[in-house]
Amino acid sequence: MPAVRYRVFRDLDWPLLLVALAICALGILQIYSATHGTPWMKQALWLGGGLFLMWLLARVDYHTLLSQVPVLYGITLALLVLTLVAGSYTGGSKRWIALPLGFRFQAAEVAKVVIVLLVARYLSELRSDRLEWGDLVKLGLLVGVPAGLVLAEPDLGTTLTYVSVLAMGIFFGGVQWRHLLVIVLITLVLLPCGWYLAKDYQKARVLTFLDPMRDPMRSGYQVIQSKIAVGAGGIWGKGVARGSQTQLRFLPVAYTDFVISAFAEEHGFVGILVLFGLYFLLLMQIVQNAQRAPDRAGMLICMGVATLLLFHLLVNAGMAVGRMPTTGIPLPLMSYGGSSMMSVFAMLGLVNNVRLRRFGT
Amino acid sequence: MARIPEDREHEAPIVSHLVRNDTNFGAVQVAIFQYLTVAVFIFLLAGYWDLQVRNESLYNTKALQNQIKSLPMPAPRGRILDRDGRVIVDNHASYRLVLSRENLREEHIVPIAEGLDLDVDDLETLVRRYDKRPSYYTIPVKEELTPAELAFVEAHRNAQMFPEMELIKSQFRLYPQGGFAAHLIGYVGEISDAELNSPEWASHNPGDLIGKMGVERAYNEILTGVDGQRQVVVDNRMNTRQVLGVKPAVPGKDLRLTIDLDLQTVAELAMEGRRGAVVAIVPATGEVLALVSTPGYDANHFVGRINSREWKALTEDPNKPLFNRALQSQLAPGSTFKPIVALAALESGAIDENFEIHCAGGATFFGRYFKCHQKGGHGAVTLHKGITHSCDVYFYNVGLRTGIDNIAKYAEMVGYGRKTGIDLPGEKEGVVPSTAWKIRTFREKWYEGETVSVAIGQGATTITPLQLAYAFSGLVNKGVWMRPHVVNDGRKPQVDHTAEINPVNLGKVLDGMCGVVNEGGTGAAARLPDIMLCGKTGSSQRASNDFLKTRKGEEEFKDDAWFVGFASRDNPEIVVAALFENGVHGNFAAPIVRDVIKAYYDKQRRQQQTGPLPSLSAALSLAGPAPATLAGTRAR
Repeated sequence: MPAVRYRVFRDLDWPLLLVALAICALGILQIYSATHGTPWMKQALWLGGGLFLMWLLARVDYHTLLSQVPVLYGITLALLVLTLVAGSYTGGSKRWIALPLGFRFQAAEVAKVVIVLLVARYLSELRSDRLEWGDLVKLGLLVGVPAGLVLAEPDLGTTLTYVSVLAMGIFFGGVQWRHLLVIVLITLVLLPCGWYLAKDYQKARVLTFLDPMRDPMRSGYQVIQSKIAVGAGGIWGKGVARGSQTQLRFLPVAYTDFVISAFAEEHGFVGILVLFGLYFLLLMQIVQNAQRAPDRAGMLICMGVATLLLFHLLVNAGMAVGRMPTTGIPLPLMSYGGSSMMSVFAMLGLVNNVRLRRFGT
Repeated sequence: MARIPEDREHEAPIVSHLVRNDTNFGAVQVAIFQYLTVAVFIFLLAGYWDLQVRNESLYNTKALQNQIKSLPMPAPRGRILDRDGRVIVDNHASYRLVLSRENLREEHIVPIAEGLDLDVDDLETLVRRYDKRPSYYTIPVKEELTPAELAFVEAHRNAQMFPEMELIKSQFRLYPQGGFAAHLIGYVGEISDAELNSPEWASHNPGDLIGKMGVERAYNEILTGVDGQRQVVVDNRMNTRQVLGVKPAVPGKDLRLTIDLDLQTVAELAMEGRRGAVVAIVPATGEVLALVSTPGYDANHFVGRINSREWKALTEDPNKPLFNRALQSQLAPGSTFKPIVALAALESGAIDENFEIHCAGGATFFGRYFKCHQKGGHGAVTLHKGITHSCDVYFYNVGLRTGIDNIAKYAEMVGYGRKTGIDLPGEKEGVVPSTAWKIRTFREKWYEGETVSVAIGQGATTITPLQLAYAFSGLVNKGVWMRPHVVNDGRKPQVDHTAEINPVNLGKVLDGMCGVVNEGGTGAAARLPDIMLCGKTGSSQRASNDFLKTRKGEEEFKDDAWFVGFASRDNPEIVVAALFENGVHGNFAAPIVRDVIKAYYDKQRRQQQTGPLPSLSAALSLAGPAPATLAGTRAR
């Protein structure tokens, strides 16, 4: 169908794409500045791959994708189990499946896309605007299984991103106030139990979040150094490749989880304003696509993507200034990492998919 | 292609098999999501505003603290050389570990102490000492790190483990092994709190290494250089990335001693295994050629911060190795006092040269019987024989005739009862008893009976080995006492004091001392075949005769042995005093003096044969002929 291909290219959400590319460009610049090595080239490569994946996911009708959710869900669960069984250990957790040529692959990132589709399909099939207990439990279990597998890696941060999509879903699906109240109460009761089950490093992270000076050299080290980097950037920043915290490596993982701290040090508050402006445009563009979606499923897909991205931004950018606990959640489009890049562009592909079919298929 | 209408309200509803069409679905939720997004952005921006705009300077300072370190560059201390330029004390390059107090964490003290095999309590005490000081002072923890300790520090001194650890490359003192010349040289150590508060060390900072004893202390200002500093940019592994500025260290100046390493070595060997002291002085200049106190201590152990256990062992050792006997041991001079009593008697006119008495092995004065050391007595005793055979009975009589105040006058003339003024710290005065002294000290009048004891160098009289050598250096120098000194600072020798002495009287006393060694007197053991060595023995009691009877044979109450000798009679070039604690008789101290004087003339003779040491090789501290001298001495 040559006509369809032409339409896909022309009718892509170009403002959305340009904003995303701008963020990626800042990200690649910052990765270069922080490492002076090859990672920025790899990131550019993944960006190309991401764009291709986006185009691919924009072409296939999302209704077809939704119809294949059970299959996708099964594959995802299999990959997550494989990660736990055959994954490689990094910093005390199993999050990666090793691929040939030294590449690694994070199944939990694939699961993000699938969960967005899963929630959209489940809620769009409901015949009511009000969620009943059964629906809540069923949806909770469907999201809970992959979430549990990721939690077992352990990767609490990514698990919470799934929960954010679930929360978006039941919010849009029409949760009842008394149900919400019960859920909140159950959560409050379960929290202390979770505390006993939490790994030591997770407890340390939460405690450190509450008081960073509690252990400034170990778990508090990252947050303290990140805050110094951000604060030292000041209004105008130190300039590209001139931030001492970044260049002298006092800031840990300055090109992955703390890329925004490195950016803030070298580009200052003004740079942060520009960056946040771009993210805001990105989110609002996605929300606009949600509003224009032809059906409930399309809207839920777009809102799922928006929620995921907002949650990532909140946790990652908040962590860099000590307003959120330290978790390994990447900053979408900026943090170095292929799996994250691919999954974000896959999600943008879904948004474009919905947009392309706003007048029906 | 037809224009696509923008407004989807006008579109025809399209119902798929999966979804229902309801255009108003989620409108409220989307609006809420948008507000939520704005709230999240405000929340985040507030966080960045707080750090970047409101607290920029605070975090800038912290970023600078992270990366800029000031590393001290300790100046090497000057070396200590002997009179021929041979090196006695050198430096060697090593590493010192300091803790930066800006990064110090209380809970790191134990693992650091364990990693470096330090006493945890010592380290905690050390850290606590710095509590009240400004935080830019670093805490010196350990000097002269071994390769294993260095590896531990290198492996752990990154930003996440123990960032307080800093390594400083430094020059450390290398002292002679086994306590050689330990008291003379002294040692360096970290300045103590008490010293910091004293005016003498006012210009010093905590953590400074200063001379603690001996030459190291007396000439600390010359030996100490001026520390430099390096300001560098470091990364999180404490690697230097950039040098911002360097203030070079100014090394301390080398110090040339008057000590002759050859003589010092001979004296040290002669005292090996004995407690006591040896002092050798050049009477014409006051230069000290050798200064020994045994037992010694290995000063190298002090350099690397002695731990409290080792220090306790040293201070509690009954042999008192830290005590500098040459300058601080105040003991009765015994018979070495007799030449001075004789001189006092002749000069004051109490006796003339023909004064003679009969010694029957003892005599009674004021109702009490005083023994002579020779049981059968010496028979008829003149001045010459009195000195040569050290006849006690002779000097009881001479002393009583001379009177205590005349004896005291001449004792003070030769330098007893006050410091000689040697350029070393810690010198003691000794005691010269007199009627005035007794009233001043005990508020009692002097009893004539006490003069009897003083006349043979017992009673309240005490001197140091240095005073003994000093006293006779002035006498053999015909009444000119040169200020004794161990450092050759290029100035002309200083005259300390002079005295008018009748040369005839002085000659008679010195002749007597020749007899001691060369005419079968008490010091025959000091005799040398080709050199006119003169001297005087002394055996001083540690307590009264009655007390000693009850403690017979106990080592610590045996008599102390003294010997003071000079050579030669006609041309006195060297005076040597030796103290051999609990050595029983002066005759056992005589060979010590003999060995040193023999070494002096052996060396002189060797230099006359081969010509003097060229000054260039001396300056380059080429190896001296010490081994040959030692071998010769030991063979005897």
